Formats: sequence, structure tokens, C-alpha cells
Amino acid sequence: MILVIAEQREGRLNRATLETIAAAQQLAGGRAEGAAGGMPIKVAVLGATTGSVATDLAPAAVAEVLVGENAALEPYTPDAFVMAVQALIEQQQPQLVLLPHTYQTRDFAPQLAARMRRSLITDVTGVKGSGAGATFTRPMFQGKLSADVKPLGEAPHIITFQIGAFRADAMQKGTAAATVTRVDAAVDASKIRQKPEAPFQEAKAAVDLSQAERIVAVGRGIKTQENLAVAEKLAKALGAEVAASRPICDNGWLPMERQIGSSGQTVAPKLYVALGISGAIQHLVGMKGSRTIVAINKDADAPIFEVADYGIVGDLFEIAPALTSELEKA
Amino acid sequence: MKIAVCIKQVPTREWQPRLNDDKTWIREQDVSYEMNEPDAYALEEALRLREKHGGEVVVCSAGPARVQQVIREALARGADRAVHVEDDGLGAADAFAVADALAGAMAEEKFDLVLTGLQSDDQGHAATGVVIAERLGMPHSTIIMEVQVQDAGLRIKRELEGGWFQWIAMPLPAVLTIQSGINQLRYATLKGIMAAKKKEIRKAAVPAGLQRVQQVAALAFPTKSKQTQMIGGSAAEAAKELVRRLRDEARAL
Repeated sequence: MILVIAEQREGRLNRATLETIAAAQQLAGGRAEGAAGGMPIKVAVLGATTGSVATDLAPAAVAEVLVGENAALEPYTPDAFVMAVQALIEQQQPQLVLLPHTYQTRDFAPQLAARMRRSLITDVTGVKGSGAGATFTRPMFQGKLSADVKPLGEAPHIITFQIGAFRADAMQKGTAAATVTRVDAAVDASKIRQKPEAPFQEAKAAVDLSQAERIVAVGRGIKTQENLAVAEKLAKALGAEVAASRPICDNGWLPMERQIGSSGQTVAPKLYVALGISGAIQHLVGMKGSRTIVAINKDADAPIFEVADYGIVGDLFEIAPALTSELEKA
Repeated sequence: MKIAVCIKQVPTREWQPRLNDDKTWIREQDVSYEMNEPDAYALEEALRLREKHGGEVVVCSAGPARVQQVIREALARGADRAVHVEDDGLGAADAFAVADALAGAMAEEKFDLVLTGLQSDDQGHAATGVVIAERLGMPHSTIIMEVQVQDAGLRIKRELEGGWFQWIAMPLPAVLTIQSGINQLRYATLKGIMAAKKKEIRKAAVPAGLQRVQQVAALAFPTKSKQTQMIGGSAAEAAKELVRRLRDEARAL
């Protein structure tokens, strides 16, 4: 059996869960409602109040949706989640436990695997084979290489899937809604060591990059803060907003609100021009949905070229100004 | 406060990978190495906490003899001493084997606080710090952007997705994984480099029965998800051709 751990907050489903169910269906090898040859899939929803999340998930082609509610699961803490998920695993005895690779699962999945002494494979982008013999593809070395990895040791093996690697709309729906079953989410609240406060946002962002039609984004290749002028001129000629990968904002060269990627904004403009951005996965997840992507980078092997529609290998300090003057001619 | 910082030696950003003969790992003889960048931020945070609250910063690293390069670098930046779990097999080991090796050598030190980067730039499991916490029996939190030490423990700012944050209170001892950009890095001074030569590096053996949790069956260059049209020529020619295609083919202008 494959157990998918859904992610939800205050009764709202994180859609990355649907991608994880799609991955589970591929791993199950066949239609997943217990049909011959396919491993059954169960989806577990854990939280203090899970609202309609279970009924939102029931149309998926899965054997069962499990709901475990416990007041100690809200607000989220890794200690509470590890206790609840471990209890569920011991009760359900899955061969595989699948989760989306979110900031929340990055926080608790390694603790769960360490406590249960089971294999954990994170940030998986693809699956080869099915069932217990499957291998999992994940990026290594900042996406420069891709590894096929086998989990070792006793089941269950715990696997997290990169956001966007599987498509939510590829998730198969069942012929009838899956059964929703209440389960016990055992948490000893006295063993929770983290005391979280309410989530908050820093000062309201002055720019909403998600609404920009065109974006010129800069990465480490820009080298100095003064060189940002090169990108700003190109952005002006294109009618674009200026954005950046994380290291540029870490250096304080541009405000954090202009950061694209998993820790910043997710954008999908008509045109995305990446200047000197190598394309670490944390950046790619924030922009790979853009309609047209242009990459300009001196390194022909940079991962950014894997998602680019148009690529120019060369010195951005020559190419960007040439592009600016070409656009100004028109 | 006695603070440990776990650092990893990883290939430099400029490194162009080559595969070994059976295509299960990289050709290590081609690699030049540097300190994992998120770990450099963890080190800087530890040095700042020591400046504010006193105590000691101990650098902990697991790997072959070559990792002394980044240990010396950390000592030159201001760490007081180091623990090196030395073993050739640890260079390519997964996060669980590395965490077990480090935790085994760290347990006797009774650290108040353990910091490390949120993930490594080589294997990128984003698990080592959390597994160390579990092995040392300490609470943890991940992707931290601010650390405040209070009487009873810590108050830390955790980054959530999409520009959200959250403050979390936690007792000490504890393990935190640090996000890049939490502070501005300092670099080693000549004085620091000289001083580092006299600082102690304690060698620790790998604990018995270290187990990997995964095996790399194959390593490859990633396949492209898109057919990228590469545009060549001089800068002016490439610019002209790109503008033409963006206008006529992509209709993005």
C-alpha cells in the first residue's frame, strides 16, 4: 500500500498534494482503486480541523481517504507531525510514504525517517518502475546532474516530490468517490518542544511581480550591484520589471520582494529573460511556468538552458546592451 | 554558549561535472572544492551569537582528509576549534550517514546550540541538520532567518513559502538549519588565517555500523524538458535574431 500524506492548512488543501497523488498513481502501476496489479493508495489528511479537505480529495482514484484530527496538530510543529505520522504508519503498514517536498515536509520528514530508521529520498522529480522496485530520479549538484536513487533498508520508504514535477491535472479520478475513514491521530502534546506564533508577512510588497507581463531577472552572473544598470536598461526597453535570484537579494542588491523562486515569488509572465542565472532548482520552480523563457549565460551547461525556449551562450555584458539597443531601434 | 556549526565541503559553483566510468558518481579527481554556501551563513550566525553572548564556536565536518580545506577556512573566519570525522567513504555518503557520523562525534561535546545550512549544494537532501537533532535528542527548526537567544531558550524566525515568516520559541539545546541571506558574510583576514594554523582540530573516528539509506544507481546529465533554440553569432547578431524571434515566433514583444 502507498500512503500519501496530504498537506493542508486550516482546512485548505495545498495543491501540491494532488501532484503527489499523481506520482503515487504512477508508482502504483495501474489504476489505483485496488484493481489487479496495482498497489492500493490511501491519502491521509492530518490537522486540528481539516474542513472539506477529505471530500476535496475523495474524487481521486485512490482506495481510501483517511482523516486524523487532533487539536495538537495546529499550529504545525515538526514534533507533533512526526508523532501523528509515525502512529499512522504503524497502524497502516504502507510500503511507501509519499509527501510533497514543501517547507513543511522538509521540516518534519527527515525527523520521521531518522526516528523510524527508514530511508528518505527528497526532492524527487521522476519515478522509474513501480512498486517496491522503483527507482527515484532527483537533482544533484544544483541540478547539474540527475541521479536515479534506490532506497535501502526496511519498508516503508519515505519519498518527497518536487513541486511541479508531476502535474495535478494528470491525477486520475475514480469512478466513484473514495471512502473517507476517520483514524486516530495520536499526539502526546507534552512532547511538543516548538511553540510557534502566527505566520506573518514582512512589509507589504510594493511590487506584484506575479502580475508583470515581462520580467528581466538577474543572477550571480551580474557580479556587482553597479552592474544592475545593464538589466535595468534592458527591462526599460522591454517594458519589463526587474527581478532576481536569491543570492542577489541576499546581498541586498535588490529588495527581497523582487526575488523569484521557492522562497520568493512564483511568476508566469509572457516573457522571462534570465541574465546570468545558472538555474538552481529553487529558482526554476518560481519561473518555469513562464510562456517564453530567454536565457543568457556564459556557461552552456547551466541548468537554466533546460527550461529556456531561446538561449544565448555568451557574456551578458555584451549581449544585454546589444539587445537593449536592438529593441530601442524598433 | 557552546555552539557547533556543521559545515560541508562541496564542489565549487564553477565546476563542470564529469562522471566516473560506471556513471554512478562524479570523477572526484576533477573537482575543486569550497564551503557549502548555506553552511557559511550558519558559521557567520554562530560567530555573531558568540560575539553577543560569549562562549565558543566549534566547527564540525565529516569527510576525507580534503575537507580540512573548509575546516581551516572556518577557523580563519573565527571559529575556535574543530572536530573532523575523517573517512574516505564519507565524501559521497548520503545525509543520514553524514548526520550519524557527525552526531556520534558531537554527542560528548554537549553543545547548547547546533547550526548548519538548510541544505548542501552537492546532494541537496535538506536532511542532515534535522537528523542530527533527532540523534542528539534535541528539538529543531529549519530554514531560519533570525536567531534570538532568550533566558529560557531561543526565539527564531522561520521562513515559510511565498514571503511568509513565523516566530517560534524553543528550549535549548537545539538544532537550527540556517537559510542563506540571514546575515552578511565576513571573510578571513590575514591575521585570522595565521591564527587558524594554531587552532585545534580533533580527529574523530567514524562510528561503527554506519548505514546509508539510499544508493545512487545511475548519475546522468539531465534531459532537457524543452527544445531550446540556441542563437549564435556576435552579440549584435544574436540580439537582432533574438528580437526577431521574440516578435515573430513567440509574439512576446
